Amino acid sequence: MQKVYIYKGFERLWHWSQASLIIFLALTGFEVHGAYTIFGFEKAAEFHRTASWLLIGLIILAIFWHITTGEWRQYIPTTRKLKEQVIYYMSGIFKGEHHPTEKSELSKLNPLQRIVYLSFKLLLVPMTIISGILYLLYKTFDQNNLIVIEDYPLASIAFWHTMGAILLIIFLIVHVYMTTTGKTPTSNIKAMITGYEEFDEEDEVKPEQNELNNKIQ
Amino acid sequence: MCDTIHTMLRNLSFVIVVIISSLFMVNIFHHQDSFNLKLEELKHKYALKAVPSVNHSKLPALQENFKTPQEVTEACLSCHTETHKEVMSSSHWNWERASYIEGRGVASSGKKNVMNNFCLGTNSNQKSCAKCHIGYGMTSSHFDFNNARNVDCMVCHDNSDEYLKGASMAGYPDRNVNLGNVARSVGSPRKSNCGSCHSFGGGGNNVKHGDLDVALNSCSREVDVHMGANGMNLECVACHTAKNHNILGKLYSVSSDNSNRATCEQCHTSTPHLSDVLNRHGSRVSCQTCHIPKYAKVNSTKMSWKWSDAGKLKDGKPYEEEDSMGNHKYMSIKGSFIWKRNVKPDYIWFNGTADHYLLGDSIKSIPVQMNILNGSYHDRLSKIIPVKIHVGDQIYDKVYNRLAQPKLYGEAAGDSAFWQDFKWDEAVAAGMKESGLAYSGQYGFVETVMYWPVNHMVSPKEQSVGCAECHTRTNGRLAKLSGFYLPGRDSNKTQDSFGYWMLILTLLAVFGHATIRVLSKIYRNKYEKQIISYDEDKPEE
Repeated sequence: MQKVYIYKGFERLWHWSQASLIIFLALTGFEVHGAYTIFGFEKAAEFHRTASWLLIGLIILAIFWHITTGEWRQYIPTTRKLKEQVIYYMSGIFKGEHHPTEKSELSKLNPLQRIVYLSFKLLLVPMTIISGILYLLYKTFDQNNLIVIEDYPLASIAFWHTMGAILLIIFLIVHVYMTTTGKTPTSNIKAMITGYEEFDEEDEVKPEQNELNNKIQ
Repeated sequence: MCDTIHTMLRNLSFVIVVIISSLFMVNIFHHQDSFNLKLEELKHKYALKAVPSVNHSKLPALQENFKTPQEVTEACLSCHTETHKEVMSSSHWNWERASYIEGRGVASSGKKNVMNNFCLGTNSNQKSCAKCHIGYGMTSSHFDFNNARNVDCMVCHDNSDEYLKGASMAGYPDRNVNLGNVARSVGSPRKSNCGSCHSFGGGGNNVKHGDLDVALNSCSREVDVHMGANGMNLECVACHTAKNHNILGKLYSVSSDNSNRATCEQCHTSTPHLSDVLNRHGSRVSCQTCHIPKYAKVNSTKMSWKWSDAGKLKDGKPYEEEDSMGNHKYMSIKGSFIWKRNVKPDYIWFNGTADHYLLGDSIKSIPVQMNILNGSYHDRLSKIIPVKIHVGDQIYDKVYNRLAQPKLYGEAAGDSAFWQDFKWDEAVAAGMKESGLAYSGQYGFVETVMYWPVNHMVSPKEQSVGCAECHTRTNGRLAKLSGFYLPGRDSNKTQDSFGYWMLILTLLAVFGHATIRVLSKIYRNKYEKQIISYDEDKPEE
């Protein structure tokens, strides 16, 4: 058995606070949307607004962290072994095969994760946040000032924001399920909690894997 | 091993702390200070009641024993030498005001020519209607609007509560009023002065407006937070200021243009709330919309008036019927009514300009709109306002296709007034003749509707309309207003079902995948076990 330190302290802080904020935003957001009543519209909207500013703050910190530590390279997309990864989830996983790619400190994401997480960060989250900010600032000023956003209909802003929310929920469900596809069903979640992932000796990072990682970077 | 569990626990608690503190931060940051300095400053300002600089009871000019009200006016003008000019340029005196109306240009409109949904119109009925004219002797449309002696100063400035205009006396005071006492009491107008006309429009207390009730003269904060005796106890003129007798404020039952209005913002500014989101609502939602959750809080108001039912007689005599609350349900002279109390307002878009059904206009749509409040969501200056919608029916000329002005009031039987003779034909003929309009002789009844913006009976903030009363999927207060996206009320139905099915499909996919994983693992375990058992149980050779 070998313990590898995969997730840094900030990374875990970021991951879990972002997770709780997103889940909380979904809970309050769909209440504002009118899907159910938990806090009441007023409280739900207030909570949603406050949580959204916290999430924006957190994301700014995370962007700073990714840039300064160079961790952003983890998300550079690659097609190498992408097909194998997809095939693994569709059939290999049922036959008890090993993951086609190995996790390491230098490459903690498999090719499929790279693409999905990158689109999460570059498309889904920005779409949701930008539409959210437009929603937040809609008709911010009255007749004493200029009206910032008015001619763009609120219905479309709401459409894009809701679309982001729906896709985030789908992402969340699949993401949580995929954590159970690790060595053991809980090993990935444990790793995100402790930062360490345990590898069997035979699973030790192979030289060629390292090479691959270096190439990618 | 113990060490691992220790680390594990430490890390777990770290994650839990992160999650809880994130949610805790949300709770801290969303909370707001409840002390609104702007409001406290206003309260402070209006808590100080001005002491009048002149005590009129000490003035020599007012010590006389006045015989006629005109003598009182002359006494007033002996000191306030030019004030009659101010009064005589007001719509309180002229019963009309020039204003720009879209489609008509600059037109004069007011009680002289605007028809309403209650006692219909003033023409031919001046003697009765003039009870609410600030002058003496308006018996017909030939009243002399240039005679300053006929200005009624007392109806507004009486502070003795003794002054009373006589019924059907063309604006003259009741004969029992001691004019000397009234003259010596004068001061700044009080709620009871304004209310003596504005609360009694339409022939009784709170009939017309619904938000102007004689009960406001002495009410609690719950009825009106500004006028409440246990609150700021403001007079009408605190907001409806009257520099040079030009009184701020108007109502679109007779007024047309967006000027000289009394607004909440003149005191409260356009950013009265601590919450930015609430302030932002102000760009499209009027203050009244949220702060007047209901009107007619004390006494009922008329919601419907059907003139077509008028004229029924019992044993040849007019009669009246009352509903369970003691309001007139039926009157032979007026028709049938529906009254309501504690009414939730209706809501419309309004940009501050209005048009009216003027005497002589053709009927363009049914129900006939007695007043049209302009505005829509797409008009940048429009806001949502609360209104009382008063419906009913009125008599009209079938041939000329216009509302008829009947002569209702008459001195005695036989002078063709409806309230005396109950004959529509004669009443309309007489009324139209006096109005200078032709009458074909064929009348019918047509449905009518009138919109009354609700501006008074502001509730304390704790009772204002809550967010979810509009931001709700079903039965919200704004359910009838369409053409715009209201969060919480509206949603994209296609998107909603897309989201719903995506959620179901994703869950199915995830559970399906998991099931196959578990089943295949069980199958594989069995297979491996079989091999092992085969090795162990190899038969001896």
